[in-house]
Amino acid sequence: MSSSNTTTITSIGAPNRRNTELALLVFAVAIPVFAYANVGLAKHGSVPAGLLGYGLGLGLLAGIAHLLVRKFAPYSDPLMLPIATLLNGLGLVLIWRLDQEPVLGAAMAPKQLMWSTLGVALFVCVLVFLKDHRILQRYTYISMFVALVLLVLPVFFPAVYGARIWVTLPGIGSLQPAEFAKIIITVFFAGYLMVKRDALALASRRFMGLYLPRGRDLGPILAIWAMSLLILVFETDLGTSLLFFGLFVIMLYVATERTSWIVFGLLLSGAGAAVVGSSEPHVKVRVQDWLHPLQLASNGGVTETAQSMYAFGSGGLFGSGLGQGYSRLIGGIAPKSDYILATVGEELGLAGLMAILLLYALLIERGIRTALAARDPFGKLLAIGLSGAFALQVFVVAGGVTGLIPLTGMTMPFLAQGGSSVIANWALVAILLRISDTARRPAPSPAPSPDAEATQVVRSQ
Amino acid sequence: MNKPLRRVAVFCGLLVLALLARVNYVQFVQADQLSSDIHNRRVAINQYAQPRGDIIVDGKAITGHTTTTGSDFKYKRTYVNGPMWAPLTGFASQAFGTNMLEGVEDKFLTGNDDRLFFNRTIDLLTGKEKKGGNVVTTLNAKAQEAAFKGLGDKKGAVAAIDPRTGAILALASTPSYDPGSFAGNSKTDSKNWTAVDKTNDTDDPTLNRALRQTYPPGSTFKLVTAAAALENGQDTDIDANTKTPNPYPLPGTRTNLVNEGHIPCKDASLRVALRYSCNTVFGKLGADLGQQKMLDEAEKFGFNSEQFIPVRAAASNFDKKMSPDQVALSSIGQFDTAATPLQMAMVAGAIANNGTLMKPYEVDKLVAPNLSTIAQTNPSEMSKPLTPENAQKLQSMMETVVNQGTGTNAQIPGVRVGGKTGTAQHGVGNDKAPYAWFVSYAMTDQGSPVAVAVVVEDGSANRDDITGGGLAAPIAKKVMEAVLNK
Repeated sequence: MSSSNTTTITSIGAPNRRNTELALLVFAVAIPVFAYANVGLAKHGSVPAGLLGYGLGLGLLAGIAHLLVRKFAPYSDPLMLPIATLLNGLGLVLIWRLDQEPVLGAAMAPKQLMWSTLGVALFVCVLVFLKDHRILQRYTYISMFVALVLLVLPVFFPAVYGARIWVTLPGIGSLQPAEFAKIIITVFFAGYLMVKRDALALASRRFMGLYLPRGRDLGPILAIWAMSLLILVFETDLGTSLLFFGLFVIMLYVATERTSWIVFGLLLSGAGAAVVGSSEPHVKVRVQDWLHPLQLASNGGVTETAQSMYAFGSGGLFGSGLGQGYSRLIGGIAPKSDYILATVGEELGLAGLMAILLLYALLIERGIRTALAARDPFGKLLAIGLSGAFALQVFVVAGGVTGLIPLTGMTMPFLAQGGSSVIANWALVAILLRISDTARRPAPSPAPSPDAEATQVVRSQ
Repeated sequence: MNKPLRRVAVFCGLLVLALLARVNYVQFVQADQLSSDIHNRRVAINQYAQPRGDIIVDGKAITGHTTTTGSDFKYKRTYVNGPMWAPLTGFASQAFGTNMLEGVEDKFLTGNDDRLFFNRTIDLLTGKEKKGGNVVTTLNAKAQEAAFKGLGDKKGAVAAIDPRTGAILALASTPSYDPGSFAGNSKTDSKNWTAVDKTNDTDDPTLNRALRQTYPPGSTFKLVTAAAALENGQDTDIDANTKTPNPYPLPGTRTNLVNEGHIPCKDASLRVALRYSCNTVFGKLGADLGQQKMLDEAEKFGFNSEQFIPVRAAASNFDKKMSPDQVALSSIGQFDTAATPLQMAMVAGAIANNGTLMKPYEVDKLVAPNLSTIAQTNPSEMSKPLTPENAQKLQSMMETVVNQGTGTNAQIPGVRVGGKTGTAQHGVGNDKAPYAWFVSYAMTDQGSPVAVAVVVEDGSANRDDITGGGLAAPIAKKVMEAVLNK
């Protein structure tokens, strides 16, 4: 008779995995604390004085974030917060470790800690105030406008280290608007493509096995392509243009399920890269450095590219140990930002570097899983867009630093020094958590039917 | 929408896979090449990250180390009596690299040698600081000092070996330089380095004349010619008439080979010819023996090949293709014949050791930081240029030179000393001050403990005063006395 008493069984909620998250967070805090102590012991022979403060600070940040996730996004993915915390914590240790080298200039770790706190604060705000990611859909065209402004803004500011990607605000510091634009433009793409995807997918002619889109549908992709090229030319920022174009192609492909868009995307990016690569001097230098990484500079010195290669090579399988490498030889300001992976490679070795890369891979994988699990198309597009952008950024930076592709001026999310990057990426993770919370939330149980109660005659025990 | 999502997932996976493959390539496949690249400063930093092992002479270290601040490098090399030992040690400079023994044994001295792996591992486990191994040399401090002081302000070089083993006892070269003066990487070091460079100092103080400079050996080469004559049976009785005209017309030419001064060279015996250093007799002997026999004998003594002791010594030269008149000139140490001081010490050493040439070496053993011996050089035979009988004949001739001939300045009371002087003309038309040579050995009951070659190139001395017997023999005598403890 068990088939008739369904209403009396109270549905057990799907496991929300919050305790898993908590357990992982303990590791995500403990590992950087140990790393911090390790650096202090290696560099000065004593446990650093700030260890307790740092440990408590990181623990507090993670704890608050966790509690608020419990409250506001109880069904969200349990892996993303610990991974982000671990990467951010390790990034702080690495920056503090490089602060111990006087040749690399002023200490950056305290500032980075402040930015991380702001990042977590933004993370919390997004979770608390963004009750449903679909609200973002309302702001599709405003997002487009804001993103364009953010992308164009750096053109009016002076170039820093050969790239115009900074907005300098007197008294506050400099911002890298592209980091924020990355999220905002994903919102726009998701909203836009959700509306237009049928038109883009269906209204096409078949030609040589490919679906050719109509001319007017081709408009947006050409516009984005042109914009990427303009960023490349006017801001000499290879990374950002690659990121935006790649992001758009990925989202277009997911929205329309048409392979032809990828072919178009590759053709257009290939053409763009060929033109800019052969004409833009800044990019040309990068390509030369990539082809001949160990070549000496024109003044006979060793280039940054070569120094970072030496750092990787000298790290070998297991690395020199934290605080015992010489990645300071890279010089300048880049070791803490663009070249932070070189320090990972030298001091933690191939093993440590692969572990870090796998952490990123795991975060990307959780993001894509969220996209798969999301129930609404906007959520799917937004999640794949954010994860895709994250993946492209990791690939472009890590690939650039290790010499797989030409180097571009972008920062490793969470790990590298840079306020805009860390804040924006915490927001990115918050949005992904919000989407995953909606996706994994169990469907509301059917309301108890009073009719069933009334007609029940025999109560089986 | 899930199908393209899965494909994007695969794409992202491929991106990560590409990164993983790349870091494996860089950090595993290319790691050795990158970590030892000459432009990788870590190589130099590691070289000086721990106290460098010492170079030992007579149980005492002639090198040391001191800590430095203000740079990547923790330790700096110091030298005890640097200029005197420079031809042995070379330099180990934070800024300018290493050479000579410091260069050849660099890995051992820094402790990075694979043979020290076990020691390193133990040190790692017990938490001790990594240390370099010591290089124990065969040199004799007294002999070295005698050589260096004997050369004094003059330009020249001394090489002394123990003929019985081939162990090198002295290696001096003047003018010298202090390797400690540019061991660091400061501006002063840089200035000192530039100052000793041969473009700024025409005397080229960093040139190791004992090993790397070849000089025309002049009359000292007559020892090789005499050895060739005895070995090939061209002459068996050293006191018999050699039937040599004076002057001797060079074969195939109208040029006459003459002797320096009025000396009794006509039909002289070998003993007399060596005593007075007759060009005519040895020129004719060489020409009569011919190119091939002369070349074979010279090569048995070590000519035409580099020696590694383990520092490289330049190859001395005896031409392989000559006309008979050129062979005659070469046989008296002229024409293209050229020899390092070490080479001539080897010639004297082989004769003194009854015809057996021992391979020269300057490193006795390599000692790990825990004082265990890692490697020991065993004396080894290089060749037999002479039979014992012929060697003893030649010894007798050389002793006549010292007792009654041109080498009387090298006499040591109560000791059998054999030697040969040389005064080598050089420059276009012999317009430059000649090189003064002296090679000799001392003999005791236990065989010959020392053979020495001295060359003095002194542009400032009066041309007529420059003779092997006058300038070089006293220095050779002092070195031999130092070895004999006289």
